Amino acid sequence: MLELKGVTGGYGSIPVVKNINFQMNAGEILGIIGPNGSGKSTLLKFIYGSLHPEKGQIVIDNQPLDRYSQKNLAKKIAVLPQQTDSAFSYTVRQVVELGRYPHQTGWFSSNSDKDEKVVNKAMTETGVFSFADQPIDSLSGGEKQRVLLARALAQEPDILLLDEPTNHLDISYQLSLLDTLKEWTDSKQLTVIAVLHDLNMAAMYSHRILLMDQGEQRALDKPSYVLEKTVLEEVYDAHLQRKEHPSVPSPLITLEPSKRSFDERFDLLDTLTFDETEERVCISSQFYWKTLSSAVIGAGFGWHRFFVNRHVEKDYHCDNPQEEYGAYLQNISLDTADTAGMMTAALLKDGSFIRLKDSEGDILVYATAGTSNAVDVSKAYENTDLSFAIGTINIWIFIDGKLNEAAYAQVMMTATEAKSKALLDHKIIDNHSRTLATGTSTDSMLVAAVHRGKEFMYGGTASTLGKKVGKAVYDAVTETLEKYNQRKNENEKWE
Amino acid sequence: MNSQNSNAITCYLIGAVFLCVCITIGISAGSLSIPFLTSAEVLWRSIWNLDMPAEINETHAAIIWNIRLPRVLLAALVGSSLALAGAAFQGLLKNPLADPYTLGVSSGAALGAVFVLFLGLSLPLLGSFTLPVVSILTGFLTLFFLLGFVRFIEKSLTTETIILAGIIVSSFLGSMISFIIALTEDELRQIVSWLMGSVAMKGWDYIWLNVPFFVLGAGLLFANRKELNALVFGEETAKTLGVDTDKRRMTILAGASLLTGAAVSVSGTIGFVGLVVPHLVRLIFGPDHNLLLPMSIFAGGGFLVLTDLAARTIIAPTELPIGVITAIIGAPIFGILLFQERCKRMK
Repeated sequence: MLELKGVTGGYGSIPVVKNINFQMNAGEILGIIGPNGSGKSTLLKFIYGSLHPEKGQIVIDNQPLDRYSQKNLAKKIAVLPQQTDSAFSYTVRQVVELGRYPHQTGWFSSNSDKDEKVVNKAMTETGVFSFADQPIDSLSGGEKQRVLLARALAQEPDILLLDEPTNHLDISYQLSLLDTLKEWTDSKQLTVIAVLHDLNMAAMYSHRILLMDQGEQRALDKPSYVLEKTVLEEVYDAHLQRKEHPSVPSPLITLEPSKRSFDERFDLLDTLTFDETEERVCISSQFYWKTLSSAVIGAGFGWHRFFVNRHVEKDYHCDNPQEEYGAYLQNISLDTADTAGMMTAALLKDGSFIRLKDSEGDILVYATAGTSNAVDVSKAYENTDLSFAIGTINIWIFIDGKLNEAAYAQVMMTATEAKSKALLDHKIIDNHSRTLATGTSTDSMLVAAVHRGKEFMYGGTASTLGKKVGKAVYDAVTETLEKYNQRKNENEKWE
Repeated sequence: MNSQNSNAITCYLIGAVFLCVCITIGISAGSLSIPFLTSAEVLWRSIWNLDMPAEINETHAAIIWNIRLPRVLLAALVGSSLALAGAAFQGLLKNPLADPYTLGVSSGAALGAVFVLFLGLSLPLLGSFTLPVVSILTGFLTLFFLLGFVRFIEKSLTTETIILAGIIVSSFLGSMISFIIALTEDELRQIVSWLMGSVAMKGWDYIWLNVPFFVLGAGLLFANRKELNALVFGEETAKTLGVDTDKRRMTILAGASLLTGAAVSVSGTIGFVGLVVPHLVRLIFGPDHNLLLPMSIFAGGGFLVLTDLAARTIIAPTELPIGVITAIIGAPIFGILLFQERCKRMK
């Protein structure tokens, strides 16, 4: 329905927009992104006929754009401007009625019943009907924007163009505006072309994205293809990261501040400080570590600089451990947001630190173990006892380097295997099934990387990092198990 | 829809009645005071070409028909023209402080008139009409020069450039007028009083001269009243709403300049009407040009008739220049309006 063929042009002799080609179908949303001055707004001006391209052609419904009169074009295409201020205070209804202009003919035409109906409907759909008779300058920015949207809707267009429509709006208005548009593309087969500043908004709402760079069409495809880290970094000349959106299938672009050079004189693991008491072990750092963990506090991916392993009594029970733990951290003046916190009933003095360092890497593993609650994972389904007992193996792995998400997952796997192997080698028995245990029912693990320096792509047992992790975890768990067993035996002797 | 229409009709009726009452008052008052109802009846009967009843004094009827009515009608026509042109200029230039003289068309018309007075020109065939005809012509020359100048500066006629060029042109023409005045000796009083504006002693001919321009100019503006509403939101927006902005803007400029030039050529430069009246009307009836344009005609006409009445009666038999009175009355009204608006906004 809309097609651009080699559109080139600008304001003067130097073209601002160069050779843009695309085709759109009814009901599609096209997001246009690109840095300032990349020709996004100019391209829109070509499409709504405010500028004429020097070369190339724009075709709407099989007819070239320059054969449309301004009025007929306005029946096809409506524009939602960023914000218009008028010197005079028109009422909301008067503003929306202007949208009927292209449908009115004759010198002395006035509003017909149909116009009235369309205007009312547009105001209802945008939620501005209730202030139809108020002057538009008495409204808030978001409300004004919706009035302008109603005006665009009153044009009954096939195509709606938006030039940075969310610029002046707060987040909830931005979302509601784009949600409305998305709904209309389904219900009215409206085609939307939107210049968007916010890459994530563009990713979430566009069917396709046009990335412009210095007037040229850099990429045009689905958001997940266009929003490539390397391309975006080059186009925007900024550091950014791409992740997947946590709840909808679309990429999420996050910015990074320009990198600071980091003092490489020290081994970063040496900068960690250890604070051990009977009640807790706390490792702290001056900077943040990117962690993936199953800890009570700070689970999942996060950035932390305090790592707490807290000793609790065997009969510890709490309905909301997060909250209780948070209060505990507050008590010892640690910021919950900065902390990854685990708990264990095992004695902390049995804990073990193993550091492996060579030219290929530097890692530190800390483990505590209590095996009274050991479980054979293959027989766990047999145990229907839901009672909760604290006997836990907690493992922390600190890595000097930078890991991608795959490496985090692989390090977790490797470490889990190493832990199980250590348990098997010590013949730890699942008390329920009387078979060899592979872990305990409440084990927890944390992988923290300093996120600087050497980059690790893999953490499996074939990789140098995985080999180191496997060895260190196995050794640490072994050591702590031995301490644990030794003390248990001593206790039994005494008894 | 219907409620909107009937609402508009009520407004038109109020406006028309206001103008008629003002005209009748204007006819009644003067050095010889004629009862209001008598003048109303004379007017009524004259319009329908009925015979005058015996109790109406024939001199009264003659005074009304030959002296007062042309004067009052000319005042109404000039007031309507200026207010209508002012409303259109304010909408087109998106600026409530624009007036019909912003673009310098009036200065052009005035320069032509002053030139005629200075040289005591009287062209063949035109005779006593030399002044208004030359004046209208120079007004139009000014408009063409202005638009050519703007187009020379940039391809697209943007509002800002039009205003700037207008200021340049009118200050240049203003200094030309001052230059001629400086050279003038005998005609000084005539020129100055023409410049201050007057509708006195012009007769029916001036009305007939003015009417075609008024009808044409008003017609052009009325045909563009919806476009004016769209243009208030800026060119770009107007375009996306389907307005052929280049064509429409030229039409509106032509219509408003016709009205202004014609008004200036028969009455001199009467200030403030074109600025204050549309402003006042907008405050009462809202900014919608569908209503604003007709109401400006009624209000502008009525306002100038009343001002003219004040000009000739305040210190009768001496007549004050009408331009002085409009400013004396207009400026305080404008001030009060601004003050009230500020108060409203503070709330």
